[in-house]
Amino acid sequence: MYTLRFDENLCATCQTVDCRVKCQFIKMERETGHKEMMKIVRGEDSSVLQDCKTCYGCEEYCPRGNHPFYLITERREEKGILTASRAITNQWINMCEPQGKYKVGEIKEKALSCCFIGELRRFARGKLFEDLRSSYILGPEFFCEVVYLHFAKPSIIKKRLPKVIENIKQLGVKQLICMHDECYGSFTSLAPAYGMEVPFEPIHYFEYLFEKLTDVKGEIRPLKIRAAYQRPCSSRLSSDKHHFAEKIFDLIGVEMVKREYQGENALCCGEVLRMVAGYEVANEVQKKNIDDMVLSEAEYCVFNCPYCEMALSEKVTKRGIKPIHIIDLCKMAIGEK
Amino acid sequence: MEHQEIVHRCFRCGYCKFTEDYHDINCPPYLKFGLDTYAAGGRMWLINAWLNHGIETSKHYAEILYLCNTCGNCKEHCVFTFKDDLLNIFEAAKAELVEKGLIPPAVKDYLQGIVANGNPYKEPQNKRGRWAEGTDIQTFSDQEFLFYVGDAGSYDEPGKKMALSVGSLLSKGGLSIGILGSKEKCDGNDVKALGETGLFAKLAEENIRLFKEIGVKNIITLDPHAFNVFTKEYPKLGGKFKAWHYTQVLAMLVKDKKIPLSGYNAKVTYQDPCYLGRHNDIYNPPREILKAIPGLVFSEMKRNRKNSLCCGGGGGNFMTDVSGLGKDSSSRIRIREALETGAEILAVVCPICYKMLDDAVKEEGVEEKIKVQDIAEIVHQAIRS
Amino acid sequence: MGVDKMTDIYKSLVEIVGEEHVSNRKEELYFYARDPGLMPAHEPDYVVAPETPEEIQEIVMLANKEKIPIVPMGAGMALTGLIIPLKGGIVIDMKRMRKILEVNEKARYAVVEGGTSQGALKAYLDRNYPNLRHSIPDAPPTVTIAANVAIHGQGRLTQQYGFNSDMVSGLEVVLPTGEIAKIGSCSMSPSWFSKGPTLPDLSGLFLGWLGTTGIITKVGIKLYPRKKMRDVEIFVTDREDLIPEILFRLTHTEMLEDMTAWFQAKPIIFQGNHHVTLYITGDTDEELEFKRKMVWDSLKEFRDSKDGGFMWILPAMKPTFLDMPQRSITTFADVKKGGGFEYSGPIALIEKYPVLARKLVELGTKFKVAYSGMARVIGRSHAMMFGIAFTFNRADPDMMERVRKALHEGITFAFDQGGIPWKPTVEEQKMAMERMDPNTLKLMKMIKENLDPNGIMNPGNWKVN
Repeated sequence: MYTLRFDENLCATCQTVDCRVKCQFIKMERETGHKEMMKIVRGEDSSVLQDCKTCYGCEEYCPRGNHPFYLITERREEKGILTASRAITNQWINMCEPQGKYKVGEIKEKALSCCFIGELRRFARGKLFEDLRSSYILGPEFFCEVVYLHFAKPSIIKKRLPKVIENIKQLGVKQLICMHDECYGSFTSLAPAYGMEVPFEPIHYFEYLFEKLTDVKGEIRPLKIRAAYQRPCSSRLSSDKHHFAEKIFDLIGVEMVKREYQGENALCCGEVLRMVAGYEVANEVQKKNIDDMVLSEAEYCVFNCPYCEMALSEKVTKRGIKPIHIIDLCKMAIGEK
Repeated sequence: MEHQEIVHRCFRCGYCKFTEDYHDINCPPYLKFGLDTYAAGGRMWLINAWLNHGIETSKHYAEILYLCNTCGNCKEHCVFTFKDDLLNIFEAAKAELVEKGLIPPAVKDYLQGIVANGNPYKEPQNKRGRWAEGTDIQTFSDQEFLFYVGDAGSYDEPGKKMALSVGSLLSKGGLSIGILGSKEKCDGNDVKALGETGLFAKLAEENIRLFKEIGVKNIITLDPHAFNVFTKEYPKLGGKFKAWHYTQVLAMLVKDKKIPLSGYNAKVTYQDPCYLGRHNDIYNPPREILKAIPGLVFSEMKRNRKNSLCCGGGGGNFMTDVSGLGKDSSSRIRIREALETGAEILAVVCPICYKMLDDAVKEEGVEEKIKVQDIAEIVHQAIRS
Repeated sequence: MGVDKMTDIYKSLVEIVGEEHVSNRKEELYFYARDPGLMPAHEPDYVVAPETPEEIQEIVMLANKEKIPIVPMGAGMALTGLIIPLKGGIVIDMKRMRKILEVNEKARYAVVEGGTSQGALKAYLDRNYPNLRHSIPDAPPTVTIAANVAIHGQGRLTQQYGFNSDMVSGLEVVLPTGEIAKIGSCSMSPSWFSKGPTLPDLSGLFLGWLGTTGIITKVGIKLYPRKKMRDVEIFVTDREDLIPEILFRLTHTEMLEDMTAWFQAKPIIFQGNHHVTLYITGDTDEELEFKRKMVWDSLKEFRDSKDGGFMWILPAMKPTFLDMPQRSITTFADVKKGGGFEYSGPIALIEKYPVLARKLVELGTKFKVAYSGMARVIGRSHAMMFGIAFTFNRADPDMMERVRKALHEGITFAFDQGGIPWKPTVEEQKMAMERMDPNTLKLMKMIKENLDPNGIMNPGNWKVN
């Protein structure tokens, strides 16, 4: 049985309560924040359990790695508190249920994980992926399960994630390049938080891209464009790899525009917010985010996560900004289509 | 029968009859008769019935199968996952009839002509290259390209006109081409479509042997039907040649300015032939050629590209079609549609389209208003003027 | 019938429509004896495809003279056997009469022929009057406008304006005795703006009679404003008992184009849930977003209680829902790789949705058949069409029989719940008539007998004893 590893004392003795103070959606100062977090630690009711919008931010804010968001999620399920409606929650639980429909290529020790997203397989083309293209996994059997944090269903994670890890292990994978940011977060933050052993090395695809681009540095023609970076919620689970975004941009001649909602202050894409908190919150967040991009004179909006891309592509286009996934951006820089 | 397991899945919903946007009926035999049995859904249900002894072989059953032009509109617009097999199913059903010898007399004639003379026109084989007499076009020896002319191009009036204009244009463009002349035989595309798989295999094997013997590597075809069979079927029988339809080559020559175009003031529209368009997804080269001619005003017919209306001549029909040229025949409908664009010339790139549409102009009585020309003829005009 | 007589009739038909457009050959008889549904086949004696109302008139007069039945048909996609010639005779395939005769933009109506397809009208309006649309059903686009209104079909605008037959603006019919009659404003005016009012509404003599009272050769159909943008939302709940209230609140907003509630066991993403697909249209972003807001707000209570929520429709999924007609409805027929699909669509009060939904699931389990349930709202929640649909494999007679049984039990239950039949099979017609007010039945009988004294029009249907 997997239980969340968090230390009560770390919360009790926390001086900054960054998790609550820095939260973008619930305004709380340190003292109230501490009180509410201790209620949660003790298993009591707290307004935070109702109001948290599942942006994953406090996983990053917590300076002590004590998993405040995972804790909120656990408590929610214990108390039967839903985020999205029951029907939508069940829909997502059903949608990603392993049904024996998956794809596995010719697996080598190094493999690409395309999670459950067909688009990621399509991205894995061209020079940057030529050695790895055929060594891939795709399907619910390899799904990262992280999305169930949004739906306050850690029980699903505890049930399915160990099997996913086992499936990958059985294929003999030693290094898994996670094409979905969320998968990387799953294996490096979520799984360990629950005491699940991960018997392979997860590699963030940003890091992989950066290495590959460095290898073909001679072929890079700087793009000389200004781009906003849309940081996905899942990036909060792997903030140690976030810097690769800027490194890649620098390498390929893209200026990451300085804007308000970036880095630690980044705004999520909003579509999950819509399911979890309603259209007003979602629209507000999306408007703030895109207004910010427009204000910073971004020509492009660069996506990391395909779901962010689906959420915002049309909306940024309407405001005169071109949407592009970072992999396509890298391909553009080396002259590939 | 091959594909037997699919036949009962047809829902006879009728998507197969329409263009993509549903604005009109696009199946030539259905247009003509207006009875559902003549559309793809009807054929599927009848083949299913025939397989299950709900109906017996009959003259009319054979007629219905053989009136299909193999234009491919049905497989383009069917909404079910088996759509790509529709024409294969019809072919297999025809093959069953061929085996039993129960095919319409006109089809029998067509096939017998090919067996006897290598062409369905009942003309002798040795007259095949006559169209090139008096021109500079040489017999193939070791030129870079074989210019494969085909049955219609060798014996049919409009076809011969086309062969001359295309042949001379390719030479003018600086290409090294040669023809087979009296050695040339039917390519077999329509023979296969008629279900005579045995004869097709024989023709293909003979052609492949000949091509290899004389060192053919690259083929330019006059007829999209030949292009289709050379690229899709011959490789399966060991005949791997590089093949182009002449419009693809001509488009390149025009783009590279190998053919000097001074201009031609004409209003032109274009007939996408089924075996270039829907069957092989080639829509742009002919348009590029036309649009490159100064002074030429190009307009599209309502039904174009993958929604093009078949001239009604495919599937051997331009020779075997028994129903004549009534006002509901697709070729006449097509001429009326071409007139709607305001065009004076209907450009074609297939000798069968040429014949069908040319006849239709006469039936419609609109010779003063519009004429049918192949694209090479138009380009010749653009060089001259 | 004697061979000589048959030859005479054949010759007469050839003279009327031309040899190419008549057949008494086995192949046509086979095809026109059946439809893609479950009803048993019965061959006609002749099939004709006329081109003008005058040709139809001549055929009808011939039929009266020879006392031979007539069955008019469109595309035959009602699926309940209404175009199967139960007593043989002449099947009149209307689809050659497919022109669009007139569009009056300012009065918003179109006049089309008796065999004009839904697809043709849609394409014509798309090209020539992009600010107008009609209430198109999700059936394949080959289905005809005339047949759709004649069976009281529904379409994309039914939630706003009622049955598609409510949108008729005039008719031209060939009566069973051969006269051609104009019905509605067109009977005394050049304009086709009304199917009856304010004159005595004679359209009721021809709509819903399943071809037993005449042949529609022209139909005026109302057109409606078409906005530049169209979007879709899907509200999902796992509680079918909430659906009636959800639909009530949504219709109160008056913001919706169309609305359907549906459920099916597969694929797994739909399992256990009821979905309300709703469409909004607008000429501007402002209009569209305002309507979206109204719609979301109307269901706030359900969202707050977590009893339901709006689904995230991924961009790749949207085109399927925005397709008009929706091709996925047709492809449902091949789910069992058998090309078969039939449904019964009784009209009932929306409050019956929960019991009908539960019944459908029960039937699916009991008869081991793949089901799909769908309710289309009619007007402002005045009623719904509840579709009890099963897909079958045409090559599996046992499956077909189980589907028949399931449908029978389903429709019986629906009638027990106060529903009325839609495009009923002969059996469903009988069941309906058994439950009907005897004086109503008498009235139906009187009308039929007077309009069709020789009983030649689609005999076997609406057979009042």
